Amino acid sequence: MNNINITRRRLLGTTLATGSAIALGGCNRLDPLIQSGHTARTILESASSLSFRVQRWLSSGTSLAREYQRSDIRQQQHANGTISPRDVDYLNLASNQFSDYSLKVNGLVGNELSLDLDTLRKLPARAQITRHDCVEGWSCIGEWTGVQLSTILEMAKPHPEARFAVFDCFDTMERGLSGSVKYYESIDMVDAMHSQTILAYGLNQKTLPVANGAPLRLRVERQLGYKHAKYVKSITLVATLKDIARGNGGYWEDRGYAWYAGI
Amino acid sequence: MKWPAKKISTSHGATNTKLILRHRFLTRVTHWSWAICLFFLLLSGLQIFNAHPVLYIGDQSGFDFSNRILEIGANYKTGTGFIDLFGIRLDTTGFLGISKTNGFDSARAFPAWLTLPSGQDLAGGRRVHFFFAWFFVFTLLIWLVSGLVNGHIRKDLIPGGQDLRSLKADFLNHIKLKFYHTAQYVSIQKLTYGIILFVVFPIIILSGLAMSPGFNAIFPGITEIFGGRQTARTVHFLFMFILSGFFIIHMIMILAAGPINLVRSIVTGRYRIEASPKSTGGSSDE
Ligand code: HEM
Repeated sequence: MNNINITRRRLLGTTLATGSAIALGGCNRLDPLIQSGHTARTILESASSLSFRVQRWLSSGTSLAREYQRSDIRQQQHANGTISPRDVDYLNLASNQFSDYSLKVNGLVGNELSLDLDTLRKLPARAQITRHDCVEGWSCIGEWTGVQLSTILEMAKPHPEARFAVFDCFDTMERGLSGSVKYYESIDMVDAMHSQTILAYGLNQKTLPVANGAPLRLRVERQLGYKHAKYVKSITLVATLKDIARGNGGYWEDRGYAWYAGI
Repeated sequence: MKWPAKKISTSHGATNTKLILRHRFLTRVTHWSWAICLFFLLLSGLQIFNAHPVLYIGDQSGFDFSNRILEIGANYKTGTGFIDLFGIRLDTTGFLGISKTNGFDSARAFPAWLTLPSGQDLAGGRRVHFFFAWFFVFTLLIWLVSGLVNGHIRKDLIPGGQDLRSLKADFLNHIKLKFYHTAQYVSIQKLTYGIILFVVFPIIILSGLAMSPGFNAIFPGITEIFGGRQTARTVHFLFMFILSGFFIIHMIMILAAGPINLVRSIVTGRYRIEASPKSTGGSSDE
């Protein structure tokens, strides 16, 4: 019979070969393929619309994010991204407990709105204890109170061609020669009209703190944290995202992240 | 089309060996497909992990309480890298926590040579990971359907009574790196490949899906089976580790058992075995 015995040298060789095969991949030789603009990158990105379509098809857009009990809230809501905007208009509003703040709703609507915090607080409220999932990998459970975005959009009477709600925020992300870039995000009308999509002004039964997006922040519970725009200044309904900044529908989307953040 | 399962195609000059068809076309294609998928999934997965190199148990990540079981990090004061596993801390400077990127020390959990892209780029890593995750799922579906239809799963992978009896002997032979070349997988191969294909692959896919907030809303049960989103993330990581371990042993076994014959078999399907009638009965091959 033909039996083969391995020598120690051969074993060492195997281990080294395996190691270098892995190292070869990790080395920067493959990096150019993943850079934006490369055809390979465009092919990779197609997976995101597949995930979007499959999840939409399975959920018919209406599935609910899990809601937790008060006893599951074990810590302060972890704050990430901008936690203290330095923008002058924002600081002026904050110095006054946001009493001069008003949310603007415009774009493809029959009825433009300007709603101050008192008005927003008097609208029917929804409280939900949900898990915030960050794109980085961590999660944190908290109780969010606010007004359903659907309530506000119904007041604004969207035109039939409105497909996306775009959120413009107070916080500056980058300062450059060509001006500063403030945070912006967008969701489609299916998510905008979803019952758990709220504009939150309260967190864990208190007023929403600055670190978590005061005075008003979006909650889109079935997607990752970067979709949940903080420091919301205005909402614009649009038919296409092409004309928003670089055309991908959000600050992080314009920097390589997927527009659909359900995964 | 019916594929003749183990067709003898040629007989060879050396008197008692012959070439057989060991692997069907779809077995070969799907095998290379997941070798490619897992290569990209592993390296892009480590890139994603680097964005928050801490693992927890439960639904959420403890910032104000402790439910972490693993952390990779850097101590900036001493310039050292560490891994902290269940509270036991090891210095891993140069590899984990702190490693060289283009000649400079950089604070990152897994080093640049183990991640894709090599630089810190969560968005790029996610693009690669989810593309190959889909590719992987499609490959597994094709493998499953074809394997059920053409009998590969039943005939070549599900162990029979004979396999269970020879398991111990086969295991010892593998440990001693002693291999026999016969037509079928030996029991230890059936068991290992079966566990990889029917246990490890499905668990790594499901624990990945359990982390998706969209999927979590559609099938809340999946996340709960794993004990919460953060436990699912830990399981996903653990099974990545198990698969990497399998890969290394897989490579050692193939090199030890005769790489040319074996690699030819998984590329072209042809495999040379001993033709001697005695060798077909008892404990067998690699
Ligand atoms: C992470 C990557 C890999 C995984 C998960 C993997 C997994 C597997 C599995 C599950 C099988 C059994 C297939 C079946 O019967 O349907 C198999 C067989 C095989 N693999 Fe891999 N493999 C990987 C990489 C490789 C590489 C890089 C090589 C080449 C050096 C290789 C060579 C082989 C060979 C030769 C066989 C057949 C063994 C025999 O006929 O006895 N594999 N592999």
